[in-house]
Formats: sequence, C-alpha cells, structure tokens
Amino acid sequence: MKGNKRKIWAAGIAGILVASVGLVSNPAIAAPKKVTINFFTFTSVPDHVKDLQAMVAAFEKKNPTIRINVQSASYADYFTKLKTRVAGNQTPDTFELNYENFVTYASAGTLLDFNKVSAKDKTFKKSSYYGKAYDVFSANGKQYGVPSSFSTVVLYYNKDLFKAAGVATPTSSWDWSDEAAAAAALKAKLPEGTYADFQPTQFWEFYKVLGQAGGKFLSPDKKKALFNKQPGINALNWLVSKTANGYTPTKAQMGTLDDGAMFKAGKIAMYHTGIWMFDAFKDLPFGWDIVVEPGGVTPGNHFFANAVVASAKTKNADAAWKWARFMTSDPAAVKIRLAAAWEIPAISDKSALSIYLSKTPPANRAAVFEALKNPITPPVIRQQNEMQDTVNAWLEKALNGTVSVTEALNSAASAVNAILAKE
Amino acid sequence: MIKAKHGRTAALFIAPSFIPLVLFIILPMFAAAVLSFSSWDLLSPPRWIGLANFQELIHNKDFYNALKNTLIFIAGYLPLVYLLGLSAALALDRKFKGSSALRAAYFLPVITSWVIVALLWQWILNPQGGLVNSALATIGINGPGWWTSTSWSMISVIIPSAWKDLGFVMLILLAGLQSIPPEYKEAAAIDGASKRQILFRITLPLLTPASFFVLVISLINNFQVFDQIWVMTRGGPEGSTSVIVQQIVKNSFDYGRMGYASAMSMVLFLIILLITGIQIRLQKRWVNYE
Repeated sequence: MKGNKRKIWAAGIAGILVASVGLVSNPAIAAPKKVTINFFTFTSVPDHVKDLQAMVAAFEKKNPTIRINVQSASYADYFTKLKTRVAGNQTPDTFELNYENFVTYASAGTLLDFNKVSAKDKTFKKSSYYGKAYDVFSANGKQYGVPSSFSTVVLYYNKDLFKAAGVATPTSSWDWSDEAAAAAALKAKLPEGTYADFQPTQFWEFYKVLGQAGGKFLSPDKKKALFNKQPGINALNWLVSKTANGYTPTKAQMGTLDDGAMFKAGKIAMYHTGIWMFDAFKDLPFGWDIVVEPGGVTPGNHFFANAVVASAKTKNADAAWKWARFMTSDPAAVKIRLAAAWEIPAISDKSALSIYLSKTPPANRAAVFEALKNPITPPVIRQQNEMQDTVNAWLEKALNGTVSVTEALNSAASAVNAILAKE
Repeated sequence: MIKAKHGRTAALFIAPSFIPLVLFIILPMFAAAVLSFSSWDLLSPPRWIGLANFQELIHNKDFYNALKNTLIFIAGYLPLVYLLGLSAALALDRKFKGSSALRAAYFLPVITSWVIVALLWQWILNPQGGLVNSALATIGINGPGWWTSTSWSMISVIIPSAWKDLGFVMLILLAGLQSIPPEYKEAAAIDGASKRQILFRITLPLLTPASFFVLVISLINNFQVFDQIWVMTRGGPEGSTSVIVQQIVKNSFDYGRMGYASAMSMVLFLIILLITGIQIRLQKRWVNYE
C-alpha cells in the first residue's frame, strides 16, 4: 500500500516536471530571448552622448528583444582601443568607422557583409541612403557598412572683423585669388594677434587643395603617388603662403590656444573648418556665417563619411543589422540627429533635412549642400595612418622652410610610394 | 615535512606579486620577442617573416633619429636632475623648521600626473605670454618658441622632466647621505678639513652607492622616456623630440605594425641590457662601499 502511494507521488511529480518543461520549450508561451548588442562609438563623444541615449531608447522600444550596450571612446583613443579589442577577440558587435579607416578594417576581413542580412529584411531599400555615402562603404560587391552621417569643411567668417576692416564678406563665387586679396586687406587693418585666414598646412587640407588645383593624390590603381606634380606644387605653395604672409598664425604665435579657441575669441577672420563646429559656435558674441570654400582652378570640397559596421564574428548579425539600419536611417533617429546638429544623416529624403537647413546660426546652411556638389574623398589605403604621418612630416618641413615645397613633395611621394609597394 | 610546509606558505605569500609579474611582464616580453619575427596588424593573424623587421629597422632613418633624440634627452636630463637632486638633498640633510614640509614639496611633482605637469609647463613656457617669455620680455629679450621650435623643443621637455623627477633623486641621495656615519665628518673636521674638503673627499665618495643607484635607474627609465613627449610634443616639431618608445607606440597602434614595433622593443631591451651591464662592471672603479 505504502509502495503504491510512493509510486503515485512520483508519477505526479514527474508529470508536473514534464508539463513545466513543455511550457518553457513552447515558443508560443515562453518569453522571447533577449539579445544584447555592443555598440562602440566615437562620434557621440563628447557632445552627443544624450542624443545617442535617446536613439537607443527609441530603438529598444521598437525592438524589445534587443538591448544596446553603448561603449564609447574619444576620437583620439578610439582606434587604438578598437584595434586592441579586435586583436583580443573582443570585437564589438557593431561599431563606428570613418571612411579613412574603413579600408583597413574591410581588407582585414573584420567586417560583416551587410548584404547577407539585409537581403532578408523586406522593408530595406538601399535608395533610402544618400548614394555616394552608401557606396563608399562597399568593396568587391560587399556592403561593409551603412553610412550614419557625412560632413564637409566650409569657410567660416567673423562678420564683425570684416565690417571693422571694411572688407567685403566672402561669397560662393570666390576663388583663391579673391580669398588672398581679402586676407591681405584684412591683415592691413586687423590688430596684432588677430589673423586674417586660418588654414593649416597638413594632410587633410593638402589633398583637398590639391583637388582644387586640379591634381590627384594617388594613381587610380593606388600604386603611385601623384601629388608631387605641378598641381601639388601649386596647392602646397598656396597653403604655405598663408602662414608665410602672416594670414595664418604659426604654432608659436598660437601658443597653447587651438584654432577653434582662437576663432571663438574673435582672433580669426576667415576659418577653414568642418561643419561639426556649428554647435560649438552657436552662442558666440559676434556675428558669423559660412560660405562654400573658394576653389582653385576648380571647386572642390571635403566629403567625410562615418558608418555603422558590424563584426564579421558577431553572433547576432540580424540584431546588429537592425540596430545599424535604425541608427543610420530610421526617421526617429534622423530626427534626433538633425535636432542636435550631430553632423548630417546620410539619407536621401531631402524633405527630412529641412529641419537642418532652418536652424541658425549659421544663416547660410545651404552652403553645406552646395559644398557636397563637388566632393573630394580622402585618399585611402590600408596603411592610412602611416601615409598621413609621412606626408604631414614633409608638409611641416615645407611650412617651416626647412626644405623647399618641391623637395618636400618629392620626398613625401617617394616615402608614400614605398608604403604603397608594401600594400 | 616542515620544509615543504614552509615552501607552500612562502609560495602563497609570493603568488600575489609573482602571478601578475608572469602574466603582465614576463609573458608579454616573450610574446614581443616572438612577434618581432612576424608581421601583425592586430586585425588579422600574425605571419612569420623571419628577420625582415630587423633588416628594415637597420635602414630606418626615423629609428636612428629617435635613438639620437633619446640620447640627447639623457645627456641633458641626467646631469641636470642629478645636480638639482644633490643640491636639494645636501640642503635638506639636516633638521630645521620646515625641512619636512620642504622635502614633501620637492617630492610632490614625482607623484603628480604627467598630464598636469605638461599643462603647467606649457603655460610656463608658452611662447605667447607664458611666464618665462613674459619675464624675458621685461628685460628686453624676445623669448624662444620653446616646444614649437626645433631648436628649443628638447630643452622644453628636459626642464619639466628634471623638475618632476628632482624629488625622487633627492630622496635617494638623502637616504644615502643619512647613512654616512657622522664620525667620519667629525674626525675630518677635527683634523682641520674645510667644509669643501669634507664634501668632496668624504661625503660625495661615500654617496657613490646612492649615486650609482640613481644613475642605473635613471638610465633605464630615460631610455624609455615617453609620457612627457607624448603629452607635450608628440615627437614634434619635425621629429625633433621623437624618441624610441614613441616610435614603438606609433608603429604598434597607429600603423598596426606590431611585429616591427616588437623588433624595436627588442633592440631597446638589448641597448638597456648592454648599458646596465657596462655600468655594473664599471662600478668597481668609482663606487665606494665603505
């Protein structure tokens, strides 16, 4: 009798256990599995941390089974940290890359081909992105990233300094000669310690000015440096002349101040810098505006793009894709980005960009889109940083007069050719 | 049995410092030695390339420039920090009101972060309205460009370095001074030796073990000079303050050339090993252990 009772109890407990296992394994009843995606960012630091949090909140609300774990580093530290994480097999599921570093990571096989996952996404349309920005992140038929933002460099000017000097403000029809004439006129009138035209002699300015001078940085097959031809000499002469003529301050004249701080302090009349400075300059006590940069023999403007990419080793490729797509092109994310002037979202819907254009300062935000009509993308190779440092070292020598412009360019070209030979 | 028990206890006490030493110093050293024969961009697996990194290093002008600059830094820094440290140690080798506070004050920069020290000295040496150039201007001298000038940049790094480390050197020498038995000086004074003679014939010779320690430690540290360069000049202008460790960091993380950077590290290791070995051999000629 006792034995039977035990058997009944045992059967009962076993039945409950089987039923509960059945409940857990039944997908219709069990809670959906939650996945966490790491997102490593540099563009949100330091000014847009809250904007990114707002994007994450909007995404998680729309996708309750995906949690985004944001990790950030400043631009100065970002790529060192990213490389060590890749080397340590700790690559974030999703992360940001700028176009300049994209080739290095794509050629090393670090990145997920988004085509594999986007094909399953029935609502995705490639045409929702700004074409050029989307295309620069593809290679060999593989889409390694979706563009999150793009930006350019424009000519900022201090209206008050122009007015005080009695010089006409810049217009979109200016070329180098107009800029040089205005700089000379300003220099004659501006007090000591205030400078007419800030444009540094370094890699980023040089390849753009080279484009304006009608030159090419590298051969189309990226096997040879071409920047030491005549357009390169003209371009470097143009940059160096600005410091030599006293329009751009030397490093000693700047001391511990950087160029942004000098413009803020009203010590620079014309300033070549990126549109990412709008937010930093919004409360300046003097009038300022922007205009598309003056061209040389041809107009030409920077085209910088950032993308969200995913690790080739991520275990959550679909979730990574959903986040990448949302963060870069979902109307909710676009709205947050535009309201915060966090660069420009790389979307094709121009009506959405009207918020961006309507904000001031600067009044002439249309110049941003005007600049993008003649885009010059950075020359990019696998050993990008080495090439940049090498070129910068010789440009600095030309600027300081240690070597001639021609000698600097020839030496830099030889050094870059040696780097290209190892690619 | 008792021996084995003692051994286990000793191992237990040693483990907290021994395990990190193996994990974070010894193993990475071996890894760097192996990596120096490979090509590794951190993004894809390392590839064995034999002696190619060392062959490239032999022909690399940037490396020789960095080695030259490191030696210039040492030549400028070492005498300066030793003389300043010795002067401070001699001045504070007695009790007077405020001597403890002064010792603490001299030591304060040693424990201050290089970022703070660099900011302070960039302000002091600012070519535009900095403390030094403003002072020079009052006597009609147009101050130099300091860290923005190729001629003055290394000096702009040496001065803050000596200022920061002066307290450390002072502390070692002070300990050395205090270990000299006072009877020697008293006996010399009774025999009519002047203060100068006591200093040069008794104090300084008996201070040589402490001086030797300062020399060995400073040389090892100086060959690895990096923080101040990274924060103040990044090796510029025109590579005039580029040093070996800065080249190693640049090649490893900026250029993704970990194998090549490891080869540089190995060469630096051999240089330090050689120089330290020579110092230890030569110490018999000038270090007096009572």
